[in-house]
Amino acid sequence: MQLVIVDTGCANISSVYFAFKRLAVEATISRDAAVIKAADKVVLPGVGTAHNAMAQLQHGELIETLQSLQQPLLGICLGMQMLTSHSMEGDVPCLNLIPGRVLPMESAGLRLPHMGWNTLHNISSHPLLSGFSCSDYVYFVHSFAVAPGEHALALANYGSDFAAVIGKDNVAGAQFHPERSGKTGARLLQNFLEWQL
Amino acid sequence: MLAKRLIPCLDVRDGKVVKGVQFRNHEIIGDIVPLAQRYAEAGADELVFYDITASSDGRVVDKSWVRRIAEVIDIPFCVAGGIKSVVDAGKILEMGADKVSVNSPALARPELISELNHVFGQQCVVVGIDSFFDVASGQYQVYQFTGDESRTQKTRWLTRDWVAEVQARGAGEIVLNCMNQDGVRQGYDIAQLKSIRDVCNVPLIASGGAGTMEHFTQVFQQADVDGALAASVFHKAIIEIAALKAKLIADGVSIRP
Repeated sequence: MQLVIVDTGCANISSVYFAFKRLAVEATISRDAAVIKAADKVVLPGVGTAHNAMAQLQHGELIETLQSLQQPLLGICLGMQMLTSHSMEGDVPCLNLIPGRVLPMESAGLRLPHMGWNTLHNISSHPLLSGFSCSDYVYFVHSFAVAPGEHALALANYGSDFAAVIGKDNVAGAQFHPERSGKTGARLLQNFLEWQL
Repeated sequence: MLAKRLIPCLDVRDGKVVKGVQFRNHEIIGDIVPLAQRYAEAGADELVFYDITASSDGRVVDKSWVRRIAEVIDIPFCVAGGIKSVVDAGKILEMGADKVSVNSPALARPELISELNHVFGQQCVVVGIDSFFDVASGQYQVYQFTGDESRTQKTRWLTRDWVAEVQARGAGEIVLNCMNQDGVRQGYDIAQLKSIRDVCNVPLIASGGAGTMEHFTQVFQQADVDGALAASVFHKAIIEIAALKAKLIADGVSIRP
């Protein structure tokens, strides 16, 4: 299987690459549209700000490429946020693959960023979440989030509920870092590798 | 519910994990990668690697061990020591670290914090603060170059003021190392951590003083810190992480089992 990690120039690319390697999959890291289009599966990582990350995609002329993909596409953290229509972090339009808006977290006075291990709830039966339960912890680091909505596949709570996993058609994303979420995170990545449309 | 974090800290010198008492007399504990792997498997929530020689002797330090850790570790980890610029931090993050922690270089040039925030985002930027209680003045003061006793010196900053300054410059997390307590296992400095907690709106990690499991319960319940960092109690197997987590859960602290 050809797995391509989109080279967004963001910081967690190595971590994501190594996480798949631990699952015995050698990913290709690329910003070449032809390589990305030819992949069986595509991962969009991201750390930093939406504004910078979208600028990187624009600069690499990758926006249309990502929008045209028919194969499974997984966004991670900021990569997930970029799958939505718009981010208030820098007020930028995003890839618009999954309807939704990225807003500052409503943490009800809890400290931001939301940093650390937290649980999931309202977990859907989507193949990406096969084997997940409400007692599993995953690692989050973020200050912006997508509100719960029809495309939320799992929620988490920090002051208020937000979408921890979103998905629509061939596209899905995790707000947490599966590459840094121990065995639970590895399960999500394995589920992605096994995901058949 | 967000869990409180248990964070083994591995002090690194020349690619080996070392531990001293009150920053002195460093002894070698073991190789970095197997130790890191052991802690991840034992249930550590995060790891911190402090290259303790880096800031104080000014040379370029080989950081290739960061990549070797990233290959095997599936929990977040932070690298500290000798990071003086956006370029330095970029290399560490590129090798797979999740966060970088800056200490003496941020004291020398506070703009470094803003620059790291701007390029990598707030979540990557940890500021480590070495704070010493001065009995004569009754004040907590920030020290620098603590990796090398001969160069360790007091700065012009009171700890509270520096905590406010680094937050204003965009720090995403603060590790407060209470130097009076470091390595002597008499408990975290609850009074200081409580006082800093009041002025710290980003995650605050307690460091220095852990000796018993009860010390962890105390620091989470009394100082409301987000994480507790410790070294010798874990390295010397005085406390097993699984047993510590079971106790904290029994004490009502929110912990990832």
